[in-house]
Amino acid sequence: MGKIAVKVDNVGMKFNLSSNKVDNLKEYFVRFIKRNIMYKEFWALRNVSFTIEKGDRVAIIGSNGSGKSTILKIIAGVLKPTEGSVKSYGKIVPLLELGAGFDPQYTGAENIYLYGAILGYKKEFIDEKFNKIVKFSELGDFINVPVKNYSSGMKARLGFSIATVVEPEILILDEVLSVGDVKFRKKSLRKVNRMMSSGVTVLFVSHSMNQVRKVCNKAIVLEHGALQFYGDLEEAITKYEGENTTGKGQKKYEKGNNVRNI
Amino acid sequence: MGIPKIHVIANFNKYKYLLSQLVIKDIKLKYRKSYLGIVWTLIEPLLTMMVLTMVFSAFLGRNGEASGIPFPVYILAGRLLYSFFSGATKGSMKSIRSNAAMIKKVYVPKYMYPLASILSNFLIFLISLIVLLGVAIVLRVKPTLWMFAAIVPILLLLLMCVGTGLILSTMAVFFRDLEYLWGVALMLIMYTCAIFYEPNRLYKNGYGWLLDINPLYGVIRNFRNCISGVGFHAPSMIYCLSFGIVTIIIGTILFYKKQDNFILNL
Repeated sequence: MGKIAVKVDNVGMKFNLSSNKVDNLKEYFVRFIKRNIMYKEFWALRNVSFTIEKGDRVAIIGSNGSGKSTILKIIAGVLKPTEGSVKSYGKIVPLLELGAGFDPQYTGAENIYLYGAILGYKKEFIDEKFNKIVKFSELGDFINVPVKNYSSGMKARLGFSIATVVEPEILILDEVLSVGDVKFRKKSLRKVNRMMSSGVTVLFVSHSMNQVRKVCNKAIVLEHGALQFYGDLEEAITKYEGENTTGKGQKKYEKGNNVRNI
Repeated sequence: MGIPKIHVIANFNKYKYLLSQLVIKDIKLKYRKSYLGIVWTLIEPLLTMMVLTMVFSAFLGRNGEASGIPFPVYILAGRLLYSFFSGATKGSMKSIRSNAAMIKKVYVPKYMYPLASILSNFLIFLISLIVLLGVAIVLRVKPTLWMFAAIVPILLLLLMCVGTGLILSTMAVFFRDLEYLWGVALMLIMYTCAIFYEPNRLYKNGYGWLLDINPLYGVIRNFRNCISGVGFHAPSMIYCLSFGIVTIIIGTILFYKKQDNFILNL
């Protein structure tokens, strides 16, 4: 047993789905008086426990709405679980997809400092890494241009460069390696692979089993908010794909086809 | 949670650099693309002061002084304090929503966002005090030792801004209309803090309580008293202090209780 990086203990996450969202005062008062604030409870995750060891690259797979992003958010500390607990040991850096969270009016350079600060790094540390980030992102002179003028590929490159150059201990990738051109995608996969040899723990959500195979060595299969399987990658993929092709999904698809044929 | 919640101070230290970055960002973006940039913090209050002085002395036949200080200084003092309060509370109210993208992705102590917005407004306010000093010198306000005491009402105002800002930023996440309501409330506050009129007449007509219950008026009154060398007006001072403390306590409790739900409503 290696060192533990993330310990997820019996986590459950409950959302209140109010059938129509109340977000203004008038509505709230009207409903309050009518005693009509109705919530539908919905468990996005229930009784999920697993331990990720340091240096593991874990894929989280499952169909849409199975709770993949929710568990990532809970691990990142953004969402507080309704029950259970999550402990993580080491610096967590989530990779922003398409530069979500960059300030559009800020230049690339300014955003590097801003995002670095948000991740909790000190100025000296960012100073030190700055050139490396700019170089890896291949943005060149564009680094002094406001991010709002960037193409989506450029934003993705900047986001990826910041998240990887700062050498996090735990890297969270939420369906992000599919952006940028082929060249940069290959480069980023290589970078992730290099980081892995230095013992980085990676949590990777993706629908592309190809990419998952390139990056990960273990996998978690989630289904309707419950942990189905945790362990060897290939086994997990067969389990997941098996469920999705021979299970209900396939039947539904056939039914749909029939209807259309008639 | 990946982050132990016990060490509030250690956590604050860790994110100190973020706070300064957010403050700088606020100020930078406010004046980016304007030729005069940060100089506007000086010109803008000066221009409004001139307009208000012109309007209220020409049309209302007011000349010279109000509460023992030259009328332009009187107006400027009131306006600077008011615009700091309105800027800081509005800014912090919107801060959670405008940083939603980040809040959804990365863990950061969330109070950083409203706090940064208040501090950036505070910084701009402090810079604009230079104008007040300049105008006071030009109009030969007699310097007294009380002027140094002006720091006390300023700090009281900061306290009130933090408290009110925390309450507003929490509530605005759940109720969007608060942004409009607060705009109206601010207008009411502005008219009841005697920025461009003397309070005497209101007191004579029995409407003095309108001013007395407005904590911002208390701050402005004591600030002006410091300029004119009269000294503090104790009852309003105590009122402002208690208002500040109460809002801070309510704001902190409210914010901490509700902050985990922010993300579900953004």
